[in-house]
Amino acid sequence: MKQTPRMATLLRMFLAVLTAAWLAAPTARAQLQIQITSGVSNPVPIAIVPFAEAPTDYTDVADVIQNDLVGSGRFTALSRDRMPAKPTNAADVKFADWKAAGSDYVVVGQVTPIAGGQLAVDFNLLNALTGQNIARQRFVGSSTALRNAAHRVSDVIYQAITGIRGAFATRIAYVAIVGQGADQRFQLVIADADGYNQHLILESRFPIMSPAWSPDGQWIAYVSFENHLSAVYVQRVLTGQRTQVSMRAGINGAPSWSPDSRKLALTLSGDSGHPQIYILDLSTQQLTRITDVPAINTEAAWSPDGRYIYFTSDRAGEPQIYRIGASPGSATERITFTDEYNAGPHLSADGKMLAMVTRDDSGNYRIAVQNVATGDFRVLTHGRLDTSPSFAPNGASIMYAVRPGQGEAGILATTSVDGLTGLSLKPTKGEVRDPSWGPFIQ
Amino acid sequence: MYRRTVLVMLLAACLGLTACAHKPPKPSAAEQQQSTAGGEGAAAGGAAGGANANGGPFGNQNSIPGPQEGMLAKRTVYFDFDSAVIKGDGTDIVAAHAKYLSDHTDARIRLEGNTDERGSPEYNIGLGMRRAQAVRQALLLQGASAGQITVTSYGAEHPVDPAHSEDAWAKNRRVDIVYLTPGMQVPQGPQAPQPPQPPQ
Repeated sequence: MKQTPRMATLLRMFLAVLTAAWLAAPTARAQLQIQITSGVSNPVPIAIVPFAEAPTDYTDVADVIQNDLVGSGRFTALSRDRMPAKPTNAADVKFADWKAAGSDYVVVGQVTPIAGGQLAVDFNLLNALTGQNIARQRFVGSSTALRNAAHRVSDVIYQAITGIRGAFATRIAYVAIVGQGADQRFQLVIADADGYNQHLILESRFPIMSPAWSPDGQWIAYVSFENHLSAVYVQRVLTGQRTQVSMRAGINGAPSWSPDSRKLALTLSGDSGHPQIYILDLSTQQLTRITDVPAINTEAAWSPDGRYIYFTSDRAGEPQIYRIGASPGSATERITFTDEYNAGPHLSADGKMLAMVTRDDSGNYRIAVQNVATGDFRVLTHGRLDTSPSFAPNGASIMYAVRPGQGEAGILATTSVDGLTGLSLKPTKGEVRDPSWGPFIQ
Repeated sequence: MYRRTVLVMLLAACLGLTACAHKPPKPSAAEQQQSTAGGEGAAAGGAAGGANANGGPFGNQNSIPGPQEGMLAKRTVYFDFDSAVIKGDGTDIVAAHAKYLSDHTDARIRLEGNTDERGSPEYNIGLGMRRAQAVRQALLLQGASAGQITVTSYGAEHPVDPAHSEDAWAKNRRVDIVYLTPGMQVPQGPQAPQPPQPPQ
């Protein structure tokens, strides 16, 4: 049926009302608390000296940087009470003292007010063994953006020492569940990758699922069951404006963005027990069916080169990961062969690693990665019910949901792709699930 | 007619979202009548105090619409792990509702498929739909008509027992049969409204 102009107006008014309400929505109250659960055996020793900062609007920039680096598992930080001095300029750093204290690297810096009410964060990364100045940079922003500036410093340090691009100045989206009984609410939350700076972008009495950042970082797609039935929405992160893109009969689920952020792969079932993968062109509304085997076909994950859609199917009896060309009539190829249950695929940004949920012989659901080229398969986590893996944009770690044992609420956790380092992100109340790690922010 | 259903749908969607108002909206009479039998699985399974057993976001124990006589009072069909086969008294429950739907052609129901919490969330949506479709097919074979039945799947998102145990999982692997109040069904199918402002 064609949409009449009056209906379109009504829908627009409806959207405008919702948008206004979201912008006024308070920050979610449940903060996430980070805890390091395991670390690597040979981390790089580094000292992050407290920055020179004015007492007004104080953010402990050095502390934010230290938490980022130590949380990555690749660094160990010298505690402040063991520092031989507290220099804030590179010229004041006496390398021999820091070498004696066991630090290979020293970071010093300042936060200074500049014109227009802005703050400048300057830092130097020094090699205590060679005396070299490895990196120095200035980040400028408002006082409310100091944490972000600190994450950008962390990114520079991480890349200078490990050779891998840092992903500290990125964001995550996840679903929080707060309240009990009639007061239970599902919340869609955006936060910094370390769990700070939370923004509630949607709240509902009904389930919200499967948030997915668009590769351009501007949109989040998700599933919401408003009025009991599932629908897929895309919502602009900056404005809160959202659009319902699929509310067809049966399942509307598992949205995954194309690399150009113009299309969604999603799961539709119609009045059938055999959900199939479709591609929805968001500008033309054209819907193209991709899979056709009478089985469950869902959880599409677009390969970063746009050529393939990876998905879960139980066409062979148990769920396994398959991939199919992202155009109708393409050939399908089975990807996973280890274990009887592999589902929920997610690809690293370079397309080389596939993360998934796998079930072991003892019935534990855990996060595994498979090298797409070699088929090498490794289980990374140790939980009972670990699900929803999402790669950091640098591919160095994976965030996932943990459903712990009796009486404990669901939390988020990260693991390095080698499985050696773990972090947990625990809400102060309620539970959290379904993380999606956003792209690099330019 | 369609315009009216769109209005009703928008209103209903708005009621479901606390974002529409700065404080949580009170459930309307229509919503109460449309509430699911979400608490019923818990009651049938003997679990008390679950998230939905005390009138949670989905359930309202005070007014469960639809017929209440005999087998018709039972609204939950249970399933084995990783199975969509109707078992035990599920067969009789489905038969009773099929007969009622066949005798009352104006009656409308929604079938809500559910799974236990284990496994990947969207795959579980698929499993829940498979269960809901199994019940739908059985109802259709026994005289109900397609236009009377809407299906949805909550996967693992709507447990009647939030515990992490075999007992809780058994109660959560289910299809709830929810009778709808005439005039309140959301239009479904290919005529569902398209978005007015797609991203470019």
